[in-house]
Amino acid sequence: MMYEIIALYAVSFCLVVGAIFTLVGAIGLLKFNDSMTRLHAPTKVGTIGVGALLLASIIYNGVFKDGAIQEMLIMGFLFVTAPISAHFIAKVNLHRRDCDTAPDLPGDEQWATYDLPASDIDILEPKLETDSAPAGEPAR
Amino acid sequence: MTLATELMNWSITLAFVIVALCQVMSMVRLVIGPNTGDRILALDTMVINAIGLIVLLGLAQGIRIYFEVSLIIAMLGFVSTVAYARFVLRGDIIE
Repeated sequence: MMYEIIALYAVSFCLVVGAIFTLVGAIGLLKFNDSMTRLHAPTKVGTIGVGALLLASIIYNGVFKDGAIQEMLIMGFLFVTAPISAHFIAKVNLHRRDCDTAPDLPGDEQWATYDLPASDIDILEPKLETDSAPAGEPAR
Repeated sequence: MTLATELMNWSITLAFVIVALCQVMSMVRLVIGPNTGDRILALDTMVINAIGLIVLLGLAQGIRIYFEVSLIIAMLGFVSTVAYARFVLRGDIIE
């Protein structure tokens, strides 16, 4: 009996923590003012927010039902794929020149996103012609 | 026992309300987002919030089959995010 009451409190705690972190991620996504800054916020949703909700489901199903380890699959999948999609979105931001200037790399190297093959250079052309870079930023 | 059960019901309701609110806020960013990356990010966040909503639904109704639904949506969301990003980066999804 005592065991089940503790499990219910743990489930409630995990649900509230997950909801609060999801809210933090959504507020950050809505209120920040730069593309790369906005990229920070939803990673909290992906890891702690949904992770805590899944942990609540694991605890509840493990105590009151039989077996609950399958939710670990979703958790592991989300934890593995969230950085990959964030990396891809950051590359999109760099590629479209939507963010602040990327820092210079040592030596003569440049960011791999800008290193297009000659046949693909027309992808960049419309963006470069319209010149939507913010004022005061050097032309690249 | 009754206090703990009532507390869990209240936290499920609270989590439903907050995650639905987050879904709406992500949709606002999807509509107003000035750049392509913001829209892809908003879609990715909406997929993750949908997974959270489905997990909450399974918790509220006590049905285990929702686990498979959320697993499939997680895979689909990741693949679609990568496909969008590839399309913007390379102009083609599979080279």
